[in-house]
This record gives sequence, structure tokens and C-alpha cells, in this order.
Amino acid sequence: MTPEELRELAEKRRAQLKQPRCRLNVCLAAGCQSCAGDSVFKAIKQQIEARKLDGVQVRGVGCLGLCAEGPLVLVEPSGLLYQRVKPEDAGELLDALEGAPLKRLECPTDVPFFRAQKKIVLENAGVIDPENLEDYLAAKGYEGLIRALTDMTPADVIAEVTTSGLRGRGGGGYPTGLKWSTVAKSKGAKKYVICNGDEGDPGAFMDRAVLESDPHRVIEGMIIAAYAVGAQHGYAYIRAEYPLAVKRMQNAIKQAQKAGLLGDGILGTSFSFNMEVRLGAGAFVCGEETALIASIEGKRGQPRPRPPFPAESGLWGYPTLINNVETFANIPPILRHGGAWYAAIGTEKSKGTKVFALAGRVKNTGLIEVPMGITLREIIFDIGGGIPDGKKFKAVQTGGPSGGCIPEQYLDMPVDYDSLARVGSIMGSGGMIVMDETSCMVDVAKFFMDFCKAESCGKCVPCRAGTDQMHGILTKICNGEATLDDLALLERLCDVVKNTSLCGLGQTAPNPVLSTLKYFRDEYLAHIVDKRCPAGVCKIKAPAEVHA
Amino acid sequence: MSESILTLSIDGKDVSAVAGQTILEVARENGIAIPTLCYLQGLTPVGACRMCLVEVKGVPKLLPACVTRAAEGMEVTTQTPRLQEYRRTIVELLFAERNHVCAVCVSNNHCELQDLARRVGMNHVRVPYRYPRLGVDATHPRFAVDHNRCVLCGRCVRVCDEIEGAHTWDFMGRGIECRVITDMNQPWGSSETCTSCGKCVHVCPTGTLTEKGRAAAEMKKRLQFLPYLTLMREARP
Repeated sequence: MTPEELRELAEKRRAQLKQPRCRLNVCLAAGCQSCAGDSVFKAIKQQIEARKLDGVQVRGVGCLGLCAEGPLVLVEPSGLLYQRVKPEDAGELLDALEGAPLKRLECPTDVPFFRAQKKIVLENAGVIDPENLEDYLAAKGYEGLIRALTDMTPADVIAEVTTSGLRGRGGGGYPTGLKWSTVAKSKGAKKYVICNGDEGDPGAFMDRAVLESDPHRVIEGMIIAAYAVGAQHGYAYIRAEYPLAVKRMQNAIKQAQKAGLLGDGILGTSFSFNMEVRLGAGAFVCGEETALIASIEGKRGQPRPRPPFPAESGLWGYPTLINNVETFANIPPILRHGGAWYAAIGTEKSKGTKVFALAGRVKNTGLIEVPMGITLREIIFDIGGGIPDGKKFKAVQTGGPSGGCIPEQYLDMPVDYDSLARVGSIMGSGGMIVMDETSCMVDVAKFFMDFCKAESCGKCVPCRAGTDQMHGILTKICNGEATLDDLALLERLCDVVKNTSLCGLGQTAPNPVLSTLKYFRDEYLAHIVDKRCPAGVCKIKAPAEVHA
Repeated sequence: MSESILTLSIDGKDVSAVAGQTILEVARENGIAIPTLCYLQGLTPVGACRMCLVEVKGVPKLLPACVTRAAEGMEVTTQTPRLQEYRRTIVELLFAERNHVCAVCVSNNHCELQDLARRVGMNHVRVPYRYPRLGVDATHPRFAVDHNRCVLCGRCVRVCDEIEGAHTWDFMGRGIECRVITDMNQPWGSSETCTSCGKCVHVCPTGTLTEKGRAAAEMKKRLQFLPYLTLMREARP
């Protein structure tokens, strides 16, 4: 297909979308599906057919954000949002299209949860049908690719990405433009582009939502990247625990291939690129780029020491570009609006927006996208609606097992890569777990250590044996059986595991322990010295009677 | 090529290297001892045991000497108190991980782990022993594997794959549950890929892989064959 044909298709679809009087967008992302979103979709469809309602359409869409109140239904063009919809509400919903909104199910959208967000990556989530290429085209999809392939050289594309100031959204925050230019400069008979969709942080579902809601955006980002670095083949590595994301990505790849957006001579140019989905078998360490590469090669998913970095020697020894789902999803709008537009959003060193999965003890759990530099307080108390049940805020955990717990005193800190690092946490891929006074911080540290211990690949000694020992000590502390010597040993092991482990998993595994020790040491001491759990979470056994 | 010779310093000593050589190779050439466990000349280095970590000036992270290439002007330190403390703790973690009671081990006095413990000054273990109950597989007519002694260095896996070409050995499980296995985790004696060459036994640094019929302290490992076999393999047209 040529760019003109593609634009014609987009125009046609836009006109089509205007036709119906109104449309009901039912969220069919994993969150809403888990509470019967698909039954709601079917019920509405049946009702429309039974009533022979002309000009009323129902569509399955991606994530609408407020997962806590799902299943969600968005009505267009009125913009009404309905929450906690049940299949039996379908009739009433359709009745309400003509008259007053259905108050019982109405979800107020004039609240900070919606107003304080800025959507770039998620601009199409909940708005387009993720299984329909034309829907994506109608929303200006593939415009960025057309611009890149027809107006720009690969060097221009890299310059645009560099100008945007985009940093890797997988957690490390490495400048994307710099990574791209390194791969572009690397010499190799072949080059590869890999999308890291192996999201495994507890409480995180940003990548899943993007893949489920707008898969073409990720594909477009990958094609642009491939053009910029000179790659011919790509892999979207997605964890098998995300069946819906896998299905939608595979479906989108097929559509893109059919439309000539993937394959030989893309958009009538001489540039060729194709891609496929690879399933991750559920190992957290496979998010680490060298382990991910080993996994794609069909080997055991274990990391190897770097250098050589994948940019120089990656998949099957060829130069390889690896970016996270959200990073690629940022590329199409950057190409559409220009790098300078993107760089104007966010803070000086952290540009653009960040998608967070807001979870834990907060009223509005769900998926949010906010400009960098917003404070934690705004995220948790305005967007998140604060702590439920009149409880007191205690800490927020960011960055998953590699991150740390941030206490109340830093709530007014801007959220950006450097500020988070300064208080002993990280941006990570964007999991954000809010904890209130009912959380025991030692128990939280134990939870993350249990995760790291179970997910360690076992290759290097400090990570394999060290995390197990640390978990043992944390268990002892939680059970009220530990001594101050155990605490000293725990701190010593934190130091060893952090500094001697082979890959990021081990190097960051002690972070939740270190940050809780830094800000909540009194809780550790209460368990060890007073044999009590201040939050009442840990079941400390009564001290055994001493027999003389 | 004139640029292929580098100079660097290791522990304050100026040394030269050919481009592509690792810090470990250069150090050993110059009589500077860096402890290793998973490394074995002739096998692909994997940087897994972390014993050979060194400090390089200007690099915040510790680097494994076995896989880090020497570079012009590099200033390497191999024996700081910090490194020594880390090495000792890592050896302690290994001793606590499984069962390494030297007195009842066939490899007693011929064991690299034992040597290592002595070298890093480990006089006792400061972390709790885990005492897992792991099996012994003595189904092979000539050899036996005692998983209780395994340090997961992967030398057996690599020698079987890279030198013998059989790939009988591999890993299964992850983290602390990780284990070496033969074929699809079946008894060694029933392995259809094992050629019974015994290379794995002789590259094993501990008493994990042994020849049957040896009493304690008799099981001497013969590592000499490996550089020879590698040389012969590389010399093949």
C-alpha cells in the first residue's frame, strides 16, 4: 500500500465512524474482562440487534483506565462513562442514550483522576478498537511512519528521537536516541529490533494495557526504530501470561503485513522489515536484555555479563536494539508532532509522560498517564483519590522488586528518574503500590525478597544463594525470632548481593530491604527487640517459656 | 598491527596485553593470582561465580576479570579489603547453600572449593546452613553425581557441550532450586547421549562428580587434558 492509499483508508474509516448516532465503547482489556466486560459487550450487542437500533454501535476497546470501577463503558459522542456495568444493565444503558444519563452507573469524569492526566501513550486506549487496523489509521496511526519513511533519513529519525529527550521506559532510563544511534553505528550483516514486553513486576500492567489497547502503536514504533537503526527483523517478546496481549499483537502484525506496513518494500519504499511475536515462558529475569535474547535464541533465559552490549552483539551475535513496549509506544507521536513538542512536556531531564499502574491501598486503582514532574501527592491523593477507609498513608513502592519504598516526607517530590533515584527508589517500568498504616514494611520487604528469590535464575552465586539467605532472615524477623546480629547480617548481605551479582535482578534485589531499613528501621527494631509487629500484620509467636 | 598491544596496570604493576585478552589472562601471565571457580581455561567463560571480581578505576561497578577485556591504560585492583570481604562472603554462601563437609568427601584435599575457602581466609561460615536434602545418582557404571556437593559452576555442562559435543549435562530449575541434570533429568546411567568420557568428572571443582571406587581423598581431578583437547580441536582444519 502507498501512503496515499493508507490515508484514503484512514479518511474512509473516519467518515464511517461519524455515521452512527452514538457508539458504546466497552472496555475489553484484561482488567475489565476479568469482571465480565465481555458479557457486557455481548449483552449490549444483543440488545441493539433485538431492538433493531439503527445508528447505535457497540465496540470493544482497550483500557479505559479506571480499572477499580470496571467493567467500564464509554459513550460517544457524549463522553459519558459508565462504571461497574453488569450485562443486565444493557437495556437501561440503551434507553438512556436518548434521554438523561443513567445516574446509577454514571462515573464522574470531571474529577482529578481524568483531568490531571496527560495521555500520549494511552491516547487511543479505550478510544479505538485494538483489533481494527483502520481504527488506528483513523486516529492518525502510521502517520509517523509515513513521515519517517518518505521525508526523513534514518539519521533524521534518530535526531528527532534524540531531540525528544525520551528515556527508556523499561526502568533504566537510558536515553533512547543514544541507544538508537549506537545500534545504527554498529556493524553487522543483519540487525534486529526487539520489543521487551516481558513485564513481570508485581502490581504492574502498563505494557499489557498498551499491547491490549493499541498494538499497532507498538508495531509502528518498532518499524520506525528498525528504519532508523537499519534492522530487517523484529521480535515482540511478550510474556505468555498475557494471552490477550499476545492475541491482539499477533492479530495486529497480520493486519500490518496484509496492508504492506510490514514485509518487503514498506509503503512502496525500498525499506523492508518484518516481525513476529515470541512468547516468554514466565521468568522475570527474561526482562533483562541478555536473558531475553538468550530466550529468543531458544536457550535457557539467563543473563550474561555485559559488555558486549546487545547494541554491538545481541541476538545471534548481531547488533540488536531492545526497547520496552512503552518506549516504542512513545515513538509514533514523537514522529507525528516532532521531538521538540515532546521535549516541552515533563521536566528538564525527564521528558514526556509516564504510564503508571496505580495499585494497592488507594481509591482509584488503575492505569494512569501523567506528565513527568508531577508530585507523588498529586498522583496518590488527587488522581488516586487518596487512601480508602480513612486510613493513613504510609509509603509508596515504585519500581517493583528493583525499586524501593518512599515514605510520607517525600510526597511532594516530583516524579522523575533522578528524584526517585535520590530517595533510594527508581521509576522502573511504572508499577506504583500505595501502602497505608495496615502494611508492615518488613513484611513488604519479605514479599519482594521472596519474589526475587523465586525469580533468580541461579546462575551467579550472590543472587542465587544471597537472596535465599536474605529471605530467611526477613522471615525470622517477621516471626519475631531474629536478633540484632541477624539484622547486621542482613545489611551485610544487602551490600554483597547488590555489588557482586551478575545482572540487574540481583543488583537491585536488596533495594526494597535497603529502602525500608532506611525509612522504617523502627519497624525492624520493633520486631526484633520488642517482638511485636507495629502494623499487626506479622504473626509473632509468644516467646517460648524458659525452663530453668 | 601496532594498536593490538595494550599496556595497563594490575595492582600497581605495569603489564602488557594483546587486544582481546581478558584481565584474568593478563593477570595470570604476570603471576597475579585472582581466585576463580567457574572459570576454566579452555571453556567459555561465563562470569557466574563472581570470585574474580576486580575494581577498575573509573568504573563504578565491580567487573569479572574472566570476561572483561583488558583495555589501554586500565588501572585494575584485584585485592582490596572490600573485594576480599565479598569473596569470603560468596564462598560462605556456597558452603551454606548445600552440604560441603570435607571430612567425608572423596575429593577432600583435591577440591577447588576447599582451596578457595582457604585462600579467602574462610575459617567459619557466618550465614546459616540450609542443609537441603539432595540426592546422589550412582546409576552410571563408572561415575556418580552427588548433588549435595554441587556449586553450579557449570563446568560439566560446558565441557560436555563444548569439548565432548554431547550436551548430556544441563541445568534445570531456577534460583536456589537450580540443579544440574543429565539429559531430560533422568538417571545418568540411562542417558543415551553420555559417552562416558569422564571429562565432566575431571573438570568438576568439587566432589560432586566422581569416579566410582575411590575412597575419600583419592579422587584427584586430572585437568591437564583440557588445554590439550582445546588445542587439538582448534588445530583441526
